[in-house]
Amino acid sequence: MKYIDEYRDGELAQRIAERIRNEVQPERQYRFMEFCGGHTHAISRYGVSDLLPANVRMIHGPGCPVCVLPIGRIDLAVKLALEDGAILCSYGDTLRVPASGGLSLLRAKAQGADIRMIYSPSDALKIAEANPEREVVFLAIGFETTTPPTALVIRDAAARGLKNFSVLCCHVLTPAAIAHILAAPEQDAAAVELDGFVGPAHVSIIIGSEPYAEFARQYRKPVVIAGFEPLDVMQAILMLVRQVNEGRAEVENEFVRAVGRNGNSAALTLMDEIFELRESFEWRGLGEVPFSALRIRAEFAAFDAEKRFDLHYRAVADNKACECGPILRGQKKPTDCRLFGSVCTPENPMGSCMVSNEGACAAHYAYGRYKDIEVVAV
Amino acid sequence: MTGRSPVKRGYVRPLNFRDGVVDMGHGAGGRASAQLIEELFVAAFDNPWLRQGNDGAAFSLQLKPGERMVMATDAHVVSPLFFPGGDIGSLSVHGTLNDVAMGGARPLYLSASFIIEEGFALADLKRIVESMGRASRDAGVPIITGDTKVVERGSGDGVFISTTGIGIIPNGVDTGGHRARPGDAILVSGSIGEHGVAIMSKREGLEFETEILSDSAALHGLVAQMLAVAPGLRVLRDPTRGGLATTLNEIAGQSGVGMLLDEAAILVQPQVEAACELLGLDPLYIANEGKLIAICAEEDAQPLLDCMRRNPLGEHAVRIGTVLEDAHGFVQMQTRFGGRRVVDWLSGEQLPRIC
Repeated sequence: MKYIDEYRDGELAQRIAERIRNEVQPERQYRFMEFCGGHTHAISRYGVSDLLPANVRMIHGPGCPVCVLPIGRIDLAVKLALEDGAILCSYGDTLRVPASGGLSLLRAKAQGADIRMIYSPSDALKIAEANPEREVVFLAIGFETTTPPTALVIRDAAARGLKNFSVLCCHVLTPAAIAHILAAPEQDAAAVELDGFVGPAHVSIIIGSEPYAEFARQYRKPVVIAGFEPLDVMQAILMLVRQVNEGRAEVENEFVRAVGRNGNSAALTLMDEIFELRESFEWRGLGEVPFSALRIRAEFAAFDAEKRFDLHYRAVADNKACECGPILRGQKKPTDCRLFGSVCTPENPMGSCMVSNEGACAAHYAYGRYKDIEVVAV
Repeated sequence: MTGRSPVKRGYVRPLNFRDGVVDMGHGAGGRASAQLIEELFVAAFDNPWLRQGNDGAAFSLQLKPGERMVMATDAHVVSPLFFPGGDIGSLSVHGTLNDVAMGGARPLYLSASFIIEEGFALADLKRIVESMGRASRDAGVPIITGDTKVVERGSGDGVFISTTGIGIIPNGVDTGGHRARPGDAILVSGSIGEHGVAIMSKREGLEFETEILSDSAALHGLVAQMLAVAPGLRVLRDPTRGGLATTLNEIAGQSGVGMLLDEAAILVQPQVEAACELLGLDPLYIANEGKLIAICAEEDAQPLLDCMRRNPLGEHAVRIGTVLEDAHGFVQMQTRFGGRRVVDWLSGEQLPRIC
């Protein structure tokens, strides 16, 4: 397929791999975190790690929107659907995230809740228009990539004067989370030392490359913004290796075909019109992170499900044995978790990292598991 | 199916296939049921067994020494009922014929049972039943018995069709999933993912400009040709729900072997690939309804590929990998990118109600 195959070319990959091999300093360890689940998925699906030298290690970051959604938030959505009788709409992956009491949205559906899987927030709006006698709630999740479409439907709903549509807003912000991870080693000796970041692809299309400059400078960590194709990731790793070798800590942009310095100003203006910062928001795995999420502005309170249904967030602890937290922070690998592959599998996820195929555990389970045990050589 | 009355009936107004609908009476076993059977099912499937009008179809079979029989059944609940390249009618014939054929058998007879929702348009039902009749005639396998039930509005989704088929497996043929051995070749009869994407393309709000046709087809003819070339063919399986990846994992589990696939060899039509990119789907997990996987001894691989490629349904047959010794039963894939990964079972469901 044109414009896709070019970024998955095996021969080019070998050439970049050779450059990485030639340029890494053997005595040095290179620990790079790919923040986004999209990168995690590409690395696993295309076998990118197989092309890297042993001292270049990729650490999977928390950038999977489904994985960082805390149990308490899903509980709110389940309540809306089961107790308040709302039609609850959300993206496919969200439906399988485990909630309290052995529930998930999918299991709530089996108990009679009206849960609809949608591909676009505008589908939720259509459902609201088609069911004027029912309350329709869109469970909005995701980073800056999925935020503008949510802003758009809230604006549209207001313009059309819809009375039965609201949004349970769980949108979170990338730079705040990266800063939180970078600040961690100062407070926690067990936290992982990172040598650089593969920066977000789609998020950066919206916010641009500029927001990363501050923490590249403050924490002296190189950031290379990369696209989600495997060659993008390889090239970004090469660029990170070079920065580390040269002692630089800059924001570089590999994804120049889509990302500019200042992002998409129309989308940013729209987001600002509809949303404002929350003082704090709980991330699964990271805990409370200050100024890391958005809520709907008071002018649009009629479309804010939290206000409309008077919802109160209650934090719920993960399963004690679940290591999603340390895994999301890059401190542990999926295989370090006792639940991984035994009671926690994609069919029966205990923790959120096993839910989405962008999650570190699910990606490793689906694509990389054979590397953990001896497999007959071919 | 209940039969026609031997007594000449009074005038009955013919069914209104233009804008009439199915009502509860059509499933109650009375005159309305008999009329539906006669004017629709017997007319479309026309064969001596149905014309006899008995509750069941009687037939005799003479098995030669070593021959075995196979029976397969399949319920069809696809939504939408009509999709590019087929409909629930033709699919319900192909689906079961293929299950019989994957046993290495020559299919003989089919049965069909219908669960129809009250209020379903007779015109649509006619279209579906005629499409079934066509598929069965094209395949040379008659539908010799059946049943019709009508459920109240809201208790079904238009129409569900369940079909059963029987066939005869020739002496010496065994194509069960337990027979793959290390070193065997893994063949696929063509490109993958068309059926699932064709269904998806018709679902609400997900229409693509290029029409992708379902590959729904009956494969018993192709299987017969393959068995003539390689009677020792080890495994036959059609990669329907769960797609190629899930089917290969099933076989690996049954045979206690691993597999190594070559991603570059697996064919995916460009429009299917594009749709999958857009929707975040993996063609390896998407259903096919007219493709088969064959696992055979290395020496049979080339003759089989040559034979398959002479049949339009196997025109693009390729070898996609090799069976390995691996107690863990992993299906691995050499990626086009140069890495290696596991091709796991499908978890959850990628697409709702596709067959």
